[in-house]
Amino acid sequence: MDFNATLLILDSTLRLSTPLLLAALAGLYSERAGIFDIGLEGKMLAAAFAAGAGASVTGSAYAGLLLGVLVSVIFGLVHGFASITARGNQIVSGVALNFVAAGATVLLGQAWFRQGGRTPQLSTDQRFLGSEPNFAAELRDIPIVGSIVSELVLGHSLLVYIAFIMVPLTWWVLFRTRFGLRLRAVGENPAAVDTAGISVTVLRYKAVIICGALCGVAGTYLAISQSGGFNNNMTAGKGYIALAALIFAKWKPVPVMFACLLFGFLDAAAIRLQGAELPVIGRVPVQFIQALPYVLTVVLLAGFIGRAEPPRAGGVPYVKER
Amino acid sequence: MNNTLPPWANYVLLPAINLLVAFIVSGLVVVAVGENPFKAAWLMIDGAFGSGRGIGFTLFYATNFIFTGLSVAVAIHCGLFNIGSEGQALVGGLGVALACLWLGAYIPWWMVLPVAIVMGASFGAAWGFLPGYLQAVRGSHVVITTIMFNFIAAALMNWLLVDWLRPVGQMGPETAVFAEGGWLPKLTGLMNFLGADVRSTPLNLSFFVALICCFLVWVLIWRTRFGYGIRTMGLSPSAAKYAGIRPARTVIIAMMISGGLAGLMALNPVMGDLHRLTLDIVQGAGFVGIAVALMGRNHPVGIVLAALLFGMLYQGGAEMAFDMPTITRDMIVVIQGLVILFAGALENMFRPQLSRFFLAMHRRGVAPEAEGAA
Repeated sequence: MDFNATLLILDSTLRLSTPLLLAALAGLYSERAGIFDIGLEGKMLAAAFAAGAGASVTGSAYAGLLLGVLVSVIFGLVHGFASITARGNQIVSGVALNFVAAGATVLLGQAWFRQGGRTPQLSTDQRFLGSEPNFAAELRDIPIVGSIVSELVLGHSLLVYIAFIMVPLTWWVLFRTRFGLRLRAVGENPAAVDTAGISVTVLRYKAVIICGALCGVAGTYLAISQSGGFNNNMTAGKGYIALAALIFAKWKPVPVMFACLLFGFLDAAAIRLQGAELPVIGRVPVQFIQALPYVLTVVLLAGFIGRAEPPRAGGVPYVKER
Repeated sequence: MNNTLPPWANYVLLPAINLLVAFIVSGLVVVAVGENPFKAAWLMIDGAFGSGRGIGFTLFYATNFIFTGLSVAVAIHCGLFNIGSEGQALVGGLGVALACLWLGAYIPWWMVLPVAIVMGASFGAAWGFLPGYLQAVRGSHVVITTIMFNFIAAALMNWLLVDWLRPVGQMGPETAVFAEGGWLPKLTGLMNFLGADVRSTPLNLSFFVALICCFLVWVLIWRTRFGYGIRTMGLSPSAAKYAGIRPARTVIIAMMISGGLAGLMALNPVMGDLHRLTLDIVQGAGFVGIAVALMGRNHPVGIVLAALLFGMLYQGGAEMAFDMPTITRDMIVVIQGLVILFAGALENMFRPQLSRFFLAMHRRGVAPEAEGAA
């Protein structure tokens, strides 16, 4: 594999990691606050539909983003209401919302746009597309370093940069702010937070809202940055891969980024490795590479590579003692 | 919290209220699409129960949901949330299909069926074993491992079907059609009784296999020593340990039974209807099983009733989508999601209000007596 092909794979790794990273960070806020969320997939899908529909109706990518985030936050609030206020089962709520999103997006898409569940094809100015700054062309003349910078660092869509900026920001929020400390505490020992006179309910609602917003950006990226409109079931399991990445990274922001890059790389490589012969191993079935993120996560959960300890109060509704 | 409601309110009234709300919200979705919700509801009920053919399809879908509902329920009795019924059913399909492919050409269906049952159940059980083992021995959360196993199962089956089981010259990832011995008989008698053409519905013998499984699960959970162990583990693992129940063994076997029941689901689509193995035999039935178990309160009788409800949604929804041009089959998925949301995740939403109501009724009933006594 030559230098340019490697660069191309790394470039598509970045693009494919972006939705995973946004969704995994979304899950991080929620699960760190003690709300398990297997509805990342559904929220992304609903957001992708809202963003695709919004951008095509209003003609503005930003309106698409706003709608995507809004719809995803509404889904998050429903999940929050079920998990926090109604003290329901968080897994069941996530499953339910995934179903609702999978059905409603296609149903409404077909009823409103009549294109088999798709939203209309967007023009380039209705999408978030990367534009290379003027000096990129000059940079490319510098050997190696120049092409690395121009290929990998420059020219991405705005949402890609947002995703990667969210990593240090999330770390700072979680580990350097009062809010972050409380958020983590509410996922480990909500009774202690309650005793300190801080509302468990309010904190957890804040967490599911942040989770919804980030999933909204992830879905928006899929619909109006990576593609030119919403497609039937366009998340295709990305929400679950993001969940796997979150667990694989042991609920920590910077490792989450590396896990997402790894899974994004596997995805990018799978497309290129299809049918290719590898030295030593021979021909690797593409399905094996597709299953690798899940296999790796199970191996990690089994405690063979370190140990994944979820937030202690995760999945348990908080009941104030009377 | 549970005790403040009389049993009939807990088992009948509360689920009914939740369902009603789910249907009202579904009606709002129908309005958003621009159709008449009352007409949609009528088409749905009529499509599911209005004809012998409709009932046949309703029971066919319900068969899947009985199996997956039982699968989820057995795990829940042991305190395990198995959301891997989807993958376990898919892998179970491999077992059923292999039995039918190997034996179908040589021996009649009633000799193939026991082999298919054993293989389907054991393949599903094998897929449930590892998450169970990892939960019991290494403490890996069963919810997360079973999600992962669903995807691993899908990839595995895709690979097997594309690279190994697909006959030469065929495009789609599916096996060859089984020989006659791999076909379960349709329920001719029952369909004649209902006045339907038997060829028009896929309802087959696995419906009775499902009902037998209901009985066996009831015996297992409430009438055997092992079932007692399962329930004790579910209520309190530490108490189970003190009582001499081996936690790891109980968890692993419960997960294998759960996986086996899910694997048996494959009998219905694979051996009963399609007569070949495809990638989409399960179609979300594993997840519906969660809702079925929850609504059926993890009891076989409740599970049969809840499975019928979801069978009705599937069949009636398909008819509704057929008759209303703006509504697609995806409406079924929406209603399903809303039912799971309101009857599952939000099942306690109306409980406080209902409890208060019953408490008030109770007080009003008690107060005059108390006065009389004084």
